[in-house]
Amino acid sequence: MSLLFILFFPLVIGAILLVAKPKQAFAISLIASIIELVATILVLKDAATAENGLVFTKPWIEEAGISFSLWVDGVNGILIGLCALMVPFIVATTANSDKANNSQYQGLMLAMQTALMGAFLAKDAFLFYFFFEASLLPIYFLAAIYGGENKNAITFKFFVYTLFGSLFLLIGLIYVYLVTPGSHSSDIETLYQTATMLPERIQGNLFLAFFIAFAIKMPIFPFHTWQPDTYTVAPTQATMLLSGIMLKMGTYGLIRLVLPMFPLGIITWGNTAIILSVIGIIYGSVIAIQQKDAKRLLAYSSFAHVGLMSAGILSQSLEGIQGALYQMLSHGINIVGLFFIIEIIERRTKSREIAQLGGITQYSYVLTVAFVILSLGSVALPLTNGFIGEFLLLKSVFDHDMIIGIVAGISIILGAVYTLRLIQKTMFGNFSRITKDFEDLSAAEKWVLIPLCAFVILGGVYPTWILNFTEPGVQALVSLLK
Amino acid sequence: MTAIIALSLFGISNLFLGFWFPRKTIQLVTLLFLVVSMALTVSDWNHELLWFGNMFRTTNTSINFSLIIQLAAFFVVAFSKAFGQDDEHTHPAEYYAIMLFSVVGAILMVSFDHMIVLFVGLEILSVAMYVLTGSDKRNLRSNEAAIKYFLMGSFTTGFLLFGITLVYGATRSFYISNIGTILTTTAPESMPSFLFIGVLLIIVGLLFKVSAAPFHFWTPDVYEGAPTIFTMFMSTIVKTASFAALFQLVSGIFGSLYTVWVLPVYFISMLTLVVGNISAVYQQSVKRMLAFSSISHAGYLILTVSSKQISTTSSILYYSLSYTLATVVAFAVLILVSEYQSARVEKPENFSSFEGLAKNNPGLALCFSISMLSLAGIPLTAGFWGKFFIFSDTFSRNIIYPVILAILMSAVGIYYYFKGIIAVYLKAGEIEKIEVPTLFKMALWACTLGTIILGIYPSLVKSVF
Repeated sequence: MSLLFILFFPLVIGAILLVAKPKQAFAISLIASIIELVATILVLKDAATAENGLVFTKPWIEEAGISFSLWVDGVNGILIGLCALMVPFIVATTANSDKANNSQYQGLMLAMQTALMGAFLAKDAFLFYFFFEASLLPIYFLAAIYGGENKNAITFKFFVYTLFGSLFLLIGLIYVYLVTPGSHSSDIETLYQTATMLPERIQGNLFLAFFIAFAIKMPIFPFHTWQPDTYTVAPTQATMLLSGIMLKMGTYGLIRLVLPMFPLGIITWGNTAIILSVIGIIYGSVIAIQQKDAKRLLAYSSFAHVGLMSAGILSQSLEGIQGALYQMLSHGINIVGLFFIIEIIERRTKSREIAQLGGITQYSYVLTVAFVILSLGSVALPLTNGFIGEFLLLKSVFDHDMIIGIVAGISIILGAVYTLRLIQKTMFGNFSRITKDFEDLSAAEKWVLIPLCAFVILGGVYPTWILNFTEPGVQALVSLLK
Repeated sequence: MTAIIALSLFGISNLFLGFWFPRKTIQLVTLLFLVVSMALTVSDWNHELLWFGNMFRTTNTSINFSLIIQLAAFFVVAFSKAFGQDDEHTHPAEYYAIMLFSVVGAILMVSFDHMIVLFVGLEILSVAMYVLTGSDKRNLRSNEAAIKYFLMGSFTTGFLLFGITLVYGATRSFYISNIGTILTTTAPESMPSFLFIGVLLIIVGLLFKVSAAPFHFWTPDVYEGAPTIFTMFMSTIVKTASFAALFQLVSGIFGSLYTVWVLPVYFISMLTLVVGNISAVYQQSVKRMLAFSSISHAGYLILTVSSKQISTTSSILYYSLSYTLATVVAFAVLILVSEYQSARVEKPENFSSFEGLAKNNPGLALCFSISMLSLAGIPLTAGFWGKFFIFSDTFSRNIIYPVILAILMSAVGIYYYFKGIIAVYLKAGEIEKIEVPTLFKMALWACTLGTIILGIYPSLVKSVF
């Protein structure tokens, strides 16, 4: 029942916001997302103590063996936690803006939370697919209605591109589902058993179908062309949802579905996929260095980070998966914080052009410190949360193949280049015409940034409790691979 | 079965009611008639019976199909607002009567056990449709569409009749069950070769009616020319009935001749998918887009035809229902918008006349968008499960490439359905609040809710089918 609550509660409140259009949309949405966070923490606490995680099952389409089943274990627990943790912050970033009491905007964000939660919670492959696709609707409308210049064409490309990709996933899922014995079942654990029995050639093809779908979602080179434009044009909160949480559906799909289902497929195609991911890291970083628009720079940095996660996951080692899970959490926190800082700057100066900014540190000390901490987390400096994840990921890629590992390792340097350049050009130096008289942070803005910075440091200093939480689930998953 | 007798009587009484009552009353009475006939249809549930000298068979499948047809007719009547506003030139009583008669034809087509009943049913349905297509008498396009439809349709009927004759010549029977037995017990080599031509002709005749490519050329013009309310009728009822007949023949009695028709049918289905979807992309008019979309949906349905599995029947039923619910909403909103825009813009049926609908008419915009999402097959709507069941059924018979093509084509479909959503929500435009009659509004929301409920909990009807 508690699983049902955390799944549908945001949707219910979101629907109320959309239909009733109350005046205090911001307060309702913020309180709802905090209740959701508390409920999720309680669920996770139960899951950590329960023997085999929590499971909830109800028949859904009985004739076809499709059930409405949800579960929480170490692997998805961290993503559910991330989703529940970040949404209150994302809601809070709208404070005092024109979107704060826009009930449609808040309602769509909460609806999005349900879709994301559903994809992470699903234990049935088609239920996963259902939410995986359904999540596109609220985010599409968020981006398309409230987006910036040229939004129609860009958001439309995003929608069609990602939906097109997930159709491959649908083909693959149906194929595996039809192989299951008897009257078929689409339970993920049943699919593990049947899929691994398939011959190598078929597993290879299925791996490709699944990988394309997830690669478009993450995105992985060369399927990333929708991403920078969409991240740039979408309103900041939608970008946060996209990069902070939604792209994790892709990496989660790799861990949950691809690894245990197609071990032989990975033997055939895994290396290619890892190489593509690593190309993405380098390519994304190099392009990020040249960006003029700060939001676009962060979009490319997100693209680079996700490449490393994907490479680590595909190395199929315990460290790789653990590192990827940890990095998903840290990346979610860091990128939301960074996007918020760019939004703060944009609200005051009406510009995101790096060349036009500068000298903000003279006016807002807290903003500078927060920016530096979050950036260092993103660069993966020791004692920040990014370090733990990146270290484990790089180690796993290195163990898998030394040369690929070395190439991927360059990403840390490149990451430092573009991130530090961003800070230097925006925060330090002389103030410009538009950053003159930069207004200091409001209380609401501090309330968002300070906890996020605390998470960055906490995650870097004391990672074990999270790694311990995920370990049993990942251990079980890795044992399937051997 | 009593339903068809009742509907015929209701139709005749409708003609007389026109003498005394205004349009509004006749509309309500017709709705009542349809409810009664649906109840009568349901009363045959689980009684598999033969009627009229064994020429007519009611099975649960045929009952399900008849119910979908009558439900569609119910919504068409409920949405019939566009015609009959000026009573001098339109004859509401007659049109409602003709609609009821054509529903009788459609029911005959889904429950025949004798080839002649199929033929008679198709003729009743088609002749009624020729009249309705041309019912906007002072509109040149409507007249042109009626003539075109009539010529094409009679041609098709010729094919069908010729096919029936050849099959009769080979098997000496008009009865479906007899033909089925003869075909399964005799080796195909000992059959006269004209039997195979007959089978193909029958299939082609019915494919004409579901507007499968390459027999689709009449569809866009006729759909566009006919008054929108009858386009709605055509794209739901005529389609469902013809499709049910095709399915019954192909997967039933012609099942043993699988090798004869399987390649043509797959070829036609793939061609239909490509032609329907690609042509729809280029349409500026919503009505023409919906015409091509109906072609492409025929393509998905034909994919499933060739199976004898029980699950396929339920998939086709589910798909027909979800398609019907979405299509009637799309046409209903089109009726309202084009009526509103007809005095304001030159081409009231284009996408451009939908621009900015969401601003003052959020309800209409929402209904329209949900129907578009359902037609595109996006989760949370019935259309997603419709496509899902069809793909998994077809896949389970190891038919891989047509399914992959179908999936690619459904990605193309998103493009043109989203043109509607983008126009409604994202483009700026000036549309004032459109007055919607209460009955119209109720029907609109009923269909939309149906689409969503079926999208969230498909078992609700899937377990009945």
